[in-house]
Amino acid sequence: MIASSVSTLVERAEALCRDLRLQSVRDWKARTGGLAIGYLPVYVPRELLVAQGILPVGLMGAGADLEIIRGDAYYQSYICHLPRSTIEMGLDGSLDCLDGLLFPAICDVIRNLSGMWQMLFPDKYAHYLDLPQNFDRELGGRFYRDELETIARDLAARGASAPTPESLREAIVLYNENRAVVRSLYELRAAEPWKIPTWELYVVLRAGLVLPVTEHTTLLEAYREAALADTTRLPMDQARVVLTGSFCEQPPLGLLKTLERAGCYIVDDDFIQVLRWIRSDVPVEGDPLENLVNSLLDDAIASPTRYSDQDEVGGELVERVQRRQAEGVLFCAPSFCDPALLDQPMAVAAVERRGIPWTSFKYSENSGQFQVIREQAGTFADSIKLWSEA
Amino acid sequence: MKPLDTTVVDVLKDGSQIRQKQMIADHYARLARARETGEKCVYTYVPGNLTELIRGFDLLPVLPEINALQSGMRGKSRDYIARAEKEGHSEDVCTYVKCDIGMKRSGNIGPTGERLPDPDLLLLSYTGCFTFLKWFELLREEYDCPVAMLHVPYQGDGKITDSMRRYVVDQLRDKIIPALEEASGKAFDLDRLRESLARSAQAEDDLVWVLQSAKNVPSPIDAYFGGVYYIGPIFTAFRGMPEAVDYYRELRAEIEQRLERGQGPVTPDGELESERFRVVVEGPPNWTSFRQFWKMFADEGAVVVASTYTKVGGVYDNGFRHDPDRPLESLAEYCLGCYTNLSLPTRVEMISRYVQDYRADGFLINSVKSCNSFSAGQLMILREVEKRTGRPGGFIESDLVDPRYFSASNIKNRLESYFQMIEQKRAGGGQ
Ligand code: SF4
Ligand code: SF4
Repeated sequence: MIASSVSTLVERAEALCRDLRLQSVRDWKARTGGLAIGYLPVYVPRELLVAQGILPVGLMGAGADLEIIRGDAYYQSYICHLPRSTIEMGLDGSLDCLDGLLFPAICDVIRNLSGMWQMLFPDKYAHYLDLPQNFDRELGGRFYRDELETIARDLAARGASAPTPESLREAIVLYNENRAVVRSLYELRAAEPWKIPTWELYVVLRAGLVLPVTEHTTLLEAYREAALADTTRLPMDQARVVLTGSFCEQPPLGLLKTLERAGCYIVDDDFIQVLRWIRSDVPVEGDPLENLVNSLLDDAIASPTRYSDQDEVGGELVERVQRRQAEGVLFCAPSFCDPALLDQPMAVAAVERRGIPWTSFKYSENSGQFQVIREQAGTFADSIKLWSEA
Repeated sequence: MKPLDTTVVDVLKDGSQIRQKQMIADHYARLARARETGEKCVYTYVPGNLTELIRGFDLLPVLPEINALQSGMRGKSRDYIARAEKEGHSEDVCTYVKCDIGMKRSGNIGPTGERLPDPDLLLLSYTGCFTFLKWFELLREEYDCPVAMLHVPYQGDGKITDSMRRYVVDQLRDKIIPALEEASGKAFDLDRLRESLARSAQAEDDLVWVLQSAKNVPSPIDAYFGGVYYIGPIFTAFRGMPEAVDYYRELRAEIEQRLERGQGPVTPDGELESERFRVVVEGPPNWTSFRQFWKMFADEGAVVVASTYTKVGGVYDNGFRHDPDRPLESLAEYCLGCYTNLSLPTRVEMISRYVQDYRADGFLINSVKSCNSFSAGQLMILREVEKRTGRPGGFIESDLVDPRYFSASNIKNRLESYFQMIEQKRAGGGQ
């Protein structure tokens, strides 16, 4: 009964993730008459959109579910897969329910895709959201606030309501609730990873890219309750690992299941980072727009897509390994992903300095064969267990 | 003084080209002596460089991309890249970065064969590419020195807004200038900066005149292969310096003379006698087979009349000039306006305009594996420019400094078929 409740929730979430034509978004629009604005990985301030009555819709590629026919004609072989499937979905009409797209500043591929979108879909809103790399309030903060005000004005001109301090505060509260339950699920998985398999957590998190925030929070709470209540899930002798590098193009679900079956408990990851980009609550008191800006400057997680002004790149990864009591790190990045792969040598050096075991592999969102990765992850997990027993 | 790159020096005959090589070689020699002479140096990048500011503090710039491309031309990059990959750098990422890291790990020997000094400051003033951020994070791990970072926003909507300009100006004032003061031990001198900027504008006028001389038929210059020599001084260490003013004045006089005499550009095999094709090129050159690549064009009688690569360190032919009356603002606008910081639609417009204004038969894209900033979207640029101009586009693939990705036979075949296609179009009355 309870087990079926977990599976029902996960099935529903998985169906939402795999619905590339975004039926739930279409239904929402039909119901509310509101605008839906899509966004690419990794981070956009969804609070602002919600405060304008907009449904934010996260796009993270099409995974292995879509045959790429036209998208490949836009990209050379040495460019990652995500922009191909995004273009494919744009051209085959899957995204026509979106009134616009935001392209956050994370890499040159997404950046250039913003211009391609402007040319391909001239009637839609397509805006490059420049996130500050300078984290000083008077500098990067002021610039970012201007960016947010520009977006708010642009969207109001397209039919959204103008944000008010009240509507912003309400949206911040809703997202604080969502962040809290996401945090609790991460804590829970780290404590009892057998109760929260990562592939399940992944789909329930990813459903949040298309659901209104309150519905998503409800789904996550229901999943947490159901998973906790499931007494059939028992601990196994698996290696505890942090998986890193998969913040943009996503690994296929089959890959996550493969890693878990190969003997790894993933106790931390960087999937669907928009949900956890801001670590703690955004303050509600005071100027809400300023609070959003300051949270991005002061309280965002470390990421290869942001400039690190810390002494040690990879320091935060090490800290996560320690906090989650992980025994190793899986560097798992999309092929040709500049930010992930340029960052990796520094992060590897940081974990090596602490003697933390690691291994690395690459994937593409449409990879279908996991045999090699299965063997590699299995050997890695076995060696960790051997060391820890030694 | 050792010659910088004998392969290339041997084939060039223009006085200005030899002179620019000497300027750069002298700069490297000065860097090599910096520890003895007590001169301090700043590592920084070409796009969005702040040369007038840096030199205003008597600091010497070191440009890692220039080191990498020189290593590519000197046949060193293969080993440097192999070393970086062996030490954990992915085969998928920008080869400039790997070449630079490999060079550093191999003793940091610069293009003149002498050791480059360690930086006194890593000045991360960058524009148009995210890799730059990671590159200096990587370098920061190699050196024990301060870092100053200038974030230059991207022109996503095809324009520079007041907010972008103010953001850059404020960072220059509050972060960059204090970091340069600290590194040099000298106070900021606004008058000195203004004088430099006035010289920059003078040199920029002459550079633009030279690049636009290619509008003539036949063109007296090659604006891509030859162009990379012309931009050398202004893109590297000399913008704002009297040497740059002299160099560009002399270059202009030389090209004026070529124009009067109806001469074509100087190619690796000497002067081009007959201009058969006029093309615009988008994308950086390949450096490991630079001469061979150039010859493939020259052998066909193809002249590059305009290129986007010669705008990565600054777009001046749209009217922008450094302005002594608005010193920090114009530095900000310079950074914001570099080619790879322009939106894709703006790039399409620019290339289409070049094709038309320079009376080109078509345009070619050299898509380099290293550089997503340039390359992601180039297939769409190809289609859009073809659509707008009605002229044929060609597409070739190579890399900057990784010789594994330069397939001479492939590229030659593609170029030959491309030029044949133009001929057929002409024969069919297409143009
Ligand atoms: S997968 Fe990496 S390179 Fe590709 S779009 Fe995402 S961040 Fe950019
Ligand atoms: S990716 Fe391109 S622009 Fe960026 S550092 Fe490499 S070559 Fe330069």
